[in-house]
This record gives sequence, structure tokens and C-alpha cells, in this order.
Amino acid sequence: MTFNRRAFIGSATAATAALSSPMVMAAGAGKPNVVVVGGGAGGATAARYIAKDSKGAINVTLIEPTRVYYTCFFSNLYIGGYREMASLGHSYGTLATEGVNVVHDWAIGVDRDAKTVSLAGGGTVPYDKLILSPGIDFVDGAVEGWDLSAQNAMPHAYKAGSQTELLKAQIEAMPAGGTFAMVAPPNPYRCPPGPYERVSMVAHLLKEKNPTAKIIVADPKAKFSKMALFQEGWANHYEGMVDWIGEEFGGGNVSVDPDAMTVTIDGEVTKVDACNVIPAMKAGRIAELAGVTDGNWAPVNGADMSTKADADIYVLGDSCQQGDMPKSGFSANSQAKVCANAVRGALTGSKVFPAKFSNTCWSLIDTDDGVKVGATYEATPEKIAKVDGFISQTGETSVVRKATYEESVGWYAGITADIFG
Amino acid sequence: MIRGLHRLLVFATMFVAGAALSDVPGDPDRGATIFSKCKGCHQVGPDAVNRIGPHLNGIFGRPAASIAGFAYSKPMKRAGSDGVVWTHETLDGFLENPKALVSGTRMSFRGLSDPQDRADIMAYLRVYSDDPSNIPEAEPTARATDHNVDPAILAIQGDPEYGEYLSSECKTCHQRDGGDDGIPSITLWPEEDFVVAMQAYKRKLRPHPVMQMMAGRLSDEEIAALAAYFKTLE
Repeated sequence: MTFNRRAFIGSATAATAALSSPMVMAAGAGKPNVVVVGGGAGGATAARYIAKDSKGAINVTLIEPTRVYYTCFFSNLYIGGYREMASLGHSYGTLATEGVNVVHDWAIGVDRDAKTVSLAGGGTVPYDKLILSPGIDFVDGAVEGWDLSAQNAMPHAYKAGSQTELLKAQIEAMPAGGTFAMVAPPNPYRCPPGPYERVSMVAHLLKEKNPTAKIIVADPKAKFSKMALFQEGWANHYEGMVDWIGEEFGGGNVSVDPDAMTVTIDGEVTKVDACNVIPAMKAGRIAELAGVTDGNWAPVNGADMSTKADADIYVLGDSCQQGDMPKSGFSANSQAKVCANAVRGALTGSKVFPAKFSNTCWSLIDTDDGVKVGATYEATPEKIAKVDGFISQTGETSVVRKATYEESVGWYAGITADIFG
Repeated sequence: MIRGLHRLLVFATMFVAGAALSDVPGDPDRGATIFSKCKGCHQVGPDAVNRIGPHLNGIFGRPAASIAGFAYSKPMKRAGSDGVVWTHETLDGFLENPKALVSGTRMSFRGLSDPQDRADIMAYLRVYSDDPSNIPEAEPTARATDHNVDPAILAIQGDPEYGEYLSSECKTCHQRDGGDDGIPSITLWPEEDFVVAMQAYKRKLRPHPVMQMMAGRLSDEEIAALAAYFKTLE
């Protein structure tokens, strides 16, 4: 990099900011501490970018209980038989070598006065800036008859890994001509097209192994992401297999009995052979424990992803309530970069650039039949607002759909390299 | 990596070479004679079939790599899925230098440097395209638009530090190490080529909805900043 005029101004600004910033002064000789909770698309990206770009000027600690993180995005492709589970697993070795202090533990509390995070394994970690990216948890009692103790009989498979493997095994074990049911979640939830890509992948799996099987979807919503594209695809590839029951036909009036393996939709009881219950969602528990949630989610300022409740706590990804962006890994990754730039600026006086966000969600309907939807976003004083967008069209040629799928595979390689190295 | 780079040079070359476009309506009879250079691989006319190359009936208005059953090269397929359609303009660029437009194409032909030769051969092929009317206003022989980028835009000195920040958005899909499976390589571009390509997305000349959207909200300075940054990556 050449030392040009702008870089010089940047350095001058940095020096001024350092002198005028009480935070940095208070930190004295010690380096400022950033603690990140949650090592997924939001948290791991933020930790990596802050560590890399601050070049050692900031201590970055990432708290993530699992050693290997399985991405929820692309986990439907595992169900469809297009990916191995191992290909969705990522470890934190690269982050560690790049200077992130990776702590495999659960964060169980936040003391906002003392500015510390307490760990399940004992001890506390001090922070100057705290970034929470804990993903989702489920709303208690969201689906009558289901709670976490029922997740083995009726898996949610909405946190990828053993749940996804369990669901696939149960679908593969269905008797010939059996019934698979999905209870779809109400808005807002992680990955808007996710349940419908899953329906497509389950249909693909059943078409190969159990072609007379049926799929019932009970949905509390009247419409869903990429609805026309999915419905076209289901008609083209899985004719007569998928019965989607939306809001107007009582799809939201659902209870389940995990012991009897029945699903009751608008009063009609159906015996099912495998059942995927995706309950209503809320911010990961630590956001609530930190006291930065309002209702189910944590409201944030779009300019830097800081919470409305505490200027030193930031929330990324699925847990935050920011405006127009869908809850997706792509969104979390995009928000993390804006947040990392702002946090670094606040702690070291480095240049802070304007917030820009983007998202694209690819979904696979059947072999080589990929579709996508995407948009760009900007921060306004009220929220993160959509700027421009696009969506795949119905009736596209197979050439376009195949290219879209191949692009999604390239994207997966790209984003996971960006997050985990 | 080099493959990815070439693929992008294509349009750059095409835009910059815009001025040399053979925009004169050609002579189909002379074109028929010149077509003898193509006959070893391509057929055109009532009984034309695919041989080493695809048949050329109805070439105008046809998306690249769209004849079912013909074994196109991977780069040609990508050109097709990215939305390249054979028009007077694209075909002219391809005939001038096939590998500049579609790097890695199996069409082993050095190209026709004389604009009149290209115009003549297109006039000949045009006879075998559907509805070849309206010379010279409509396809296939409409005049090309000028795709040159304003020299003032090319002269903007980008701020690589800002470019690095902006690039984080690119790196969600494009790999920093130059990998190009499914999504093209973004590293090691000459600055000017990068700017020309991004400006073409911004103006929706190059196809691809995601790139049109991403480039669409970048200012000229931001595109220059990205070009300055990506040039530094190895």
C-alpha cells in the first residue's frame, strides 16, 4: 500500500482521536478488550476482522462452546444428499493463528456495570466492547405439545449438526408411502427460505427412496420467501407430493403429540412417520441475559450495530432487530464487517467508513435447480433500510438455474473462507 | 486464477475496442467467401448440423452455448449463463478475437482484424438468422452503443484503505485467494480493467443481477478504491 494523502489524513485523525478518547485513555497502557460471544457467521467474522485489521492493537476474545461449528446454511443440502455433514463443519484454528483468543465455553451472564462476561466454566472476561452473536433460541410453548425435551422425537434441525443428522435418519427410516410433516415458524425467523428449501430437499430424498411418501407443511403464514419459485419447483419436480397448508386453511392452528407421533392441524389429527417442528424464534439467550432485548429480539442502531440499550454492547445476525435485512448467515457476515469497522474505530481511532450491507439467499429446489433472492441495504436513523434488490424469476431456463446453483456452491466456499479462514 | 482474469478481460477489451467496431453493413456475398475459413468446423444453411463447432443457423439473438446437446467449453457455458447473447456487437467482438471475449473457448481461431471482413461475414450469417430485417437500425446489424468509460473516471485515484473496507462485502462470495469455482476470481486485475468491468455492471451492460446490484450503489470513487485495493492482493 502506498502512503498517499488520504492515508496520511487517516493517521492524523487516529492520533487526534486517541488523544480525545476517554476510553483509550482509561485503558492506559493495556490494550482495549473486545469480547465476542458466538462463533457463527456474525461473531467469527467480527472477531476475525477486528483481530486482523487492528494488527494486535486490540485483544479479541471469542467465546464459542463448540469446537467445530456446523453452518445452518447448506445443512438442507445435507438432507437432500448433496453435501456431507463434514463439509459443513468449520473449526477455529485460523482465527487462533490470526490472534483471536478462542475460548470454548458458554457465556452465561453479562455484568454491564463491571463490564465483564461470566463463563459456565467459571471466571469472567472483561470487555470494553462486547459483541453478541448468539444466533437463535426457541420461544417456549410456541407449538402446543412441543418443547426441547421432544426434540429427539420431533427434531427442529434449525441449529445444524446432530439435529440435522437425526432428522435425515428419521426421514430415511419412514415406511413406504409414509408421511413427513413440517411445522413451519411464524415471522421473523432465521433463514426465511430455509423451511421451504428443506421441504424441497426432503422431497428430493423421498422421491429417490420412498416415492409414494407424502409431505405436509403446516404454516402459520399466508405467504413465504420465494413462494412462487418453490411452488413452481414443487409442481415441476415433486408433483402431488407436497401439501402446503397456509394460514387461511388453518396452518397456524397446530399442536403435536411427540409420544403418539401425531400432528393436529385445524382440528384434524394426522399420524406422521417423521416430523420437523420449527418453533417460533427469539434472540439467543445471552442477549436477554445481557438485558439488551426488547421482546424477542435486541434492537440495534444500523450505523454500527450497537444496541439501543447499551452503547458498548453490539448484537449481530439472527438475534438483532435491525429493520429490513432477513435473518441469514450472509446478513450476519455483512453486519459483522460494519460492526468490526466501527468497533475498531471507537477503540483505536482508525477510520470509520459508512455502513453498507447486503444479502443474498440461494436455495436449491432439486438437482441443478437453484434460485436466489438478494438486496442491498443502508443505515438510516430509524433502521437498516433496503436500497435495491432482485429475485430469480419463474420459468427460468435450466442453464440459468444450474449456474445459480453452481454460484451458491462458490458462495459457500467464499463465505466460509471469509468467516473461518 | 489466470483463467478468471482472462474471462474478465473480455468485456474490458470489448468496451475499449468499441471505437473499432465494424458498424458498416456488410456484403453477404463477400462474407460467403470469407466463411470458407470457418467451414472446417461450422456449418450454416438448410442442412447445417453441429460438427466440431455448433451450427450457425439463427445465431443472431441466440444466447451463447444454447444449442442442446452440443459439448460447449466451460467458459462458453458460463458466458451463456451470464447472459451473453449473440448480437452484432458481441459477435463482432468474438470474431475479432474469440479468446478475448470468451477466454478458454475451444474455438481455435485467431480472429479477423479487419472490421469489413467481420461485417461481411456477419451479413452472410444474417441470411440464416430469423427475421433478418431492418438494416441497419435493428439487430443483427444495429450500431453498438459506446461502452468506453469516461477517461476522467479511469483517472480517479482510489483510496486502497477504503477499498479494503468495501472489499469485505465482495469477499462474502469472491475468495481472497483467487479461487474461481462457481464464482469468478476477483484478484490481480489491472486497475483499469476492474473499473471498466464494474462500471459496465453499474450501467447494467454486463449481465448478472447480483453484480449489477452491488456495483449499482458504488460511486465512481468507491469503484476506484476497490480497484486500487484488489490490485494489491496476490
